Amino acid sequence: MTEVLIKVGFLAIVALNGAIIFTIMDVKGASWMQRRPGPLHVGLRGFIFPLAEILKFVQKEDIIPTEVDRPVFKWAPAYVMVSCVALFAVVPMSPTLVVADLELGVFFALAISSLGTIGVLTAGWSSANKYSLMGGLRAAGQLIAYELPLILAVVGVVIQAETMSLVGIVEKQIEWGVPFVVGGQIVGFLIFMVAATAEMMRVPFDMPIGESELTMGFMTEYSGIRFLIFYISEYMNMFILCAIASTLFLGGYHVPLLPTEWVNFYGPIVLLTKTAILGFILVAVRWSQPRFREDQLQNLAWKILIPASLVNILVTAIMKVGF
Amino acid sequence: MEIFEVVVYFILLALLSTSIRVVTTSNVIHAAISLVFTLALTAILFLMLSAEFVALVLILVYIGAVIVLFLFGIMITRAPLGKNAELDNDKNKKLGALISGSIFFLFSYILINGFDGEVVVLSGSSTELLGEILLSRFVFPFELVSFVLLAALIGGITLARKDEALVDKDQI
Repeated sequence: MTEVLIKVGFLAIVALNGAIIFTIMDVKGASWMQRRPGPLHVGLRGFIFPLAEILKFVQKEDIIPTEVDRPVFKWAPAYVMVSCVALFAVVPMSPTLVVADLELGVFFALAISSLGTIGVLTAGWSSANKYSLMGGLRAAGQLIAYELPLILAVVGVVIQAETMSLVGIVEKQIEWGVPFVVGGQIVGFLIFMVAATAEMMRVPFDMPIGESELTMGFMTEYSGIRFLIFYISEYMNMFILCAIASTLFLGGYHVPLLPTEWVNFYGPIVLLTKTAILGFILVAVRWSQPRFREDQLQNLAWKILIPASLVNILVTAIMKVGF
Repeated sequence: MEIFEVVVYFILLALLSTSIRVVTTSNVIHAAISLVFTLALTAILFLMLSAEFVALVLILVYIGAVIVLFLFGIMITRAPLGKNAELDNDKNKKLGALISGSIFFLFSYILINGFDGEVVVLSGSSTELLGEILLSRFVFPFELVSFVLLAALIGGITLARKDEALVDKDQI
């Protein structure tokens, strides 16, 4: 029983801190790229900013409009949060520092990540607001479309590694000597990252939120702590999907040439560094790219990414059997 | 009684109450959300029976795809909030009770007769076994099912698309 409690605590602490680190990175990246003075100079060179943000949201009144569907409206942020935190359970930070090394780890991650869609959809519907409804519909269309390339891109890795356990996949990459992104899964990696960005609903795929078009999309009616949960979940999702991408494609907790005996010591640092590098790329993309149009977004998913990932699976399977 | 059994009984109780709520509530979205909980609890039961694969498929396909499509459809067609009187149908109550009662007794009879207290212990993973069987002994039905799905997909596209170039108006 204590073991379970420790694991749950570990999960919550790592996921929340990851989210806060990514918030700092996003805000500081924005201010660095766009010359925003606030997060660069105010309060300990801007590092105190996310804490101030959290304090602000906790203080604010949690407004629930009278016309909303109360239970649905109140519980919608919970689904998003649960799907994000549960996702981190299978990510190994070292061979032993993992909450649950499931045999079907990859499959578990993909199944759990699809739960967040329900939260977004019900939030959009129950708000009784047309902006929210539009945001919810856009989110549903986008999440359904980009879940397929996300899953299909991972299939290539699973074929190459011959296992679905995330620890097993990393061990396979150590055995190979090079991460999978060098060893033949570069297309899969690119597809995964594009689809993951769309799943996180970040620019250039932020159609469901789209401040200039839909106020705040499905989050329009939320305020206070419930808005904070959506906000933190977004960064948590970003952190965890980046961690999964670095585990699947970039060699996880190991880099070539480091001694494998010491992996328990440097493992977490290596994984977090890789995650942060991927996160920084996402931040750079966010603050320098415009938003897609809805039809372009759907075309990209159905006409380019899904066929490309199917071809990727085919080529990987042929290479696997042939060599 | 072990703690495991207590947990199972609590899950069964929750499963019963959520599934009853699916059919008794007159709010479509509430029904869909109750269905999410019903499916999630069923997935937990499958996990406890060490059928990991079935549990995860239940979450990925039913909660992640089917329910999301339900909600999507409801949001497009029935956006107004609140209760919907059309959902309460008193006419077929007796027939429905009869049918569901007979299905319940049939299933309980089969299950109790078939597996009365027998413990099926699975060593190792059932997933590997499932994959091997699907791609060796049952490979033909497996491929056949995929063709049926393909046919359904093409049929759906043909029915939904109103392109003049693709559909002959006289035939529909």
